[in-house]
Amino acid sequence: MATVLDFEKPIIDIQNKIEELRQLSENSGLDLEDQIESFEKQAEDKKKELYSTLKPSQKLQIARHSERPKFLDYVHIMCEDFIELHGDREGMDDRAIIGGIAKLNGKPIMIIGIQKGKSTKENLEYNFGMPQPQGYRKALRLFKHANKFKMPIITIIDTPGAYPGIKAEETGQGAAIAMNLREMSKLSVPVISIISGEGCSGGALGLAVSNVVMMLEHAYYTVISPEGCASILWRDAGKFADAAEALKITSKDLLELGIIDEEIVEPLGGAHTDHVETAKAMKEAILRALENLSKMSSEELRIQRYDKFRKMGKFIES
Amino acid sequence: MSIQEWFEKRKEAQIERRAKEIKGVENDAPELWTKCVHCETQLLKTDLEENMMVCPHCDYHYKINARKRIKQLVDEDSFEELFKEIKPIDPLGFFDTESYANRLQKAQTKTGLNDAVITGLAEICGHKIAIAVMDFEFMGGSMGSVVGEKVTRIMEKALELKIPMLAVTSSGGARMQESALSLMQMAKTSCAAGKLDEAGILYINLLTEPTFGGITASFGTLGDIIIAEQGARIGFAGRRVIEQTIRQKLPEDFQTAEYLLKYGQVDIVSKRKNLRRTLANILEMHEK
Repeated sequence: MATVLDFEKPIIDIQNKIEELRQLSENSGLDLEDQIESFEKQAEDKKKELYSTLKPSQKLQIARHSERPKFLDYVHIMCEDFIELHGDREGMDDRAIIGGIAKLNGKPIMIIGIQKGKSTKENLEYNFGMPQPQGYRKALRLFKHANKFKMPIITIIDTPGAYPGIKAEETGQGAAIAMNLREMSKLSVPVISIISGEGCSGGALGLAVSNVVMMLEHAYYTVISPEGCASILWRDAGKFADAAEALKITSKDLLELGIIDEEIVEPLGGAHTDHVETAKAMKEAILRALENLSKMSSEELRIQRYDKFRKMGKFIES
Repeated sequence: MSIQEWFEKRKEAQIERRAKEIKGVENDAPELWTKCVHCETQLLKTDLEENMMVCPHCDYHYKINARKRIKQLVDEDSFEELFKEIKPIDPLGFFDTESYANRLQKAQTKTGLNDAVITGLAEICGHKIAIAVMDFEFMGGSMGSVVGEKVTRIMEKALELKIPMLAVTSSGGARMQESALSLMQMAKTSCAAGKLDEAGILYINLLTEPTFGGITASFGTLGDIIIAEQGARIGFAGRRVIEQTIRQKLPEDFQTAEYLLKYGQVDIVSKRKNLRRTLANILEMHEK
């Protein structure tokens, strides 16, 4: 049974009615097709209405949905011949960040993402999508590999944040992210990032200093988790819905602010309802962006990326 | 007024004047004495001030604001402030228990600064540098658009003038009230640090109490040489967040400058009184 989000309940109620009618029709032999059809239309309309007016806190629930596609799902649907490349060469293979070479429409790419699990066991392996410094350093090694062999880089980001742990601090969590921000700006190949679920803080940005940054429709991208923000500013983590509102974390808000370049529309009902359709939409968006970036020289790519981030920020000068 | 009264009045005024002198000009607290927040020894405030805000008994380093820091580090009268005209706005109309606009105004009144960083050109023992100094008193030294822009501009200035860059950090991290715009300042300042790196320009970080979050994860740790002031707490995640996540007690000295030195995360841990000399030496040895 699929996980149902609380705000989806009206849809579920209608779907249950449809199911009842079907049973009745089967058992009694009555023709109830017209009624069923009308309820189906009702369910569809309700879904459209609900999903077009989602509150930021509801988007949070969708972005964190346990059945939402994970990084490797996208890789397997979008790419051919994925070969995972492991390790930071300094003693660790952080499983929260996975990367490797693959073909996208026949062309080689480097694809790197933050992986979450689908079960508790998997989540323990992937550390709930919270990378360690070694994960960021592995990513940097793969960025440099791609740069050397002129492969475009795709990063797919879904993280509640970089891991807050003892070893992470001892081995330079901040410094590892900072180094990626700096080194990504120097890459001579096209770099495209997609925030696919949770885009929390520096842990997300550490893979997202890119020529084109896109976001799935119900993903969120923020400087701090709404819960973290609420516990600091409101002194009550329970106020996370207010914080989610204030932080402007949705794709529409961020498009308006110029933080992201494109929104990728999800299937009605969210990415978790149709992994293949979601991955297809993502692939189309990536191919379009790659096509545009392929017209630029290495130098132009670097300049475009630098200038894009250089311009960010709002202030006055007087 | 009798002559005697006149003399008494004059004497009182003299005593008051002397008391004011002892208190120091910047001191607005009425008492001459203070208790060290660390060792609880009674200290004459002037002794603390004269000792660079370091307790003469236990060597505890007090947090100091950006103006004091600049005064302590650079040659007298050598500091020329730049980019002061860049001022914050409330781009998201952010409101928690109070509006961001209000919080900004309060911080500005309290500190006399426009935002949480002072940038400019200065000399340390005759060596020209570009310098950015963060001020924790301004909304916890948090980085929003203004801090990001000023740090980036002063780095660009260092690039243009081909002089070393020094960033003195003291910050809780990115400023929540500007949300993703603050996050992007991490990218912006790091990219600018990348330009310095490519141009072979010396970039020094001086991490002071406290330096956390979006600052360690951006320009705060990208220096060629990282100096941490004695006792400063430095990290990515806050102590409480880590404790809640791992449900373990953390070592007493966790995330201190000395702890990070042990784990190879900083080059040098320095006492405040030695910073100026250390910086001058480093600058001299990297002169081209």
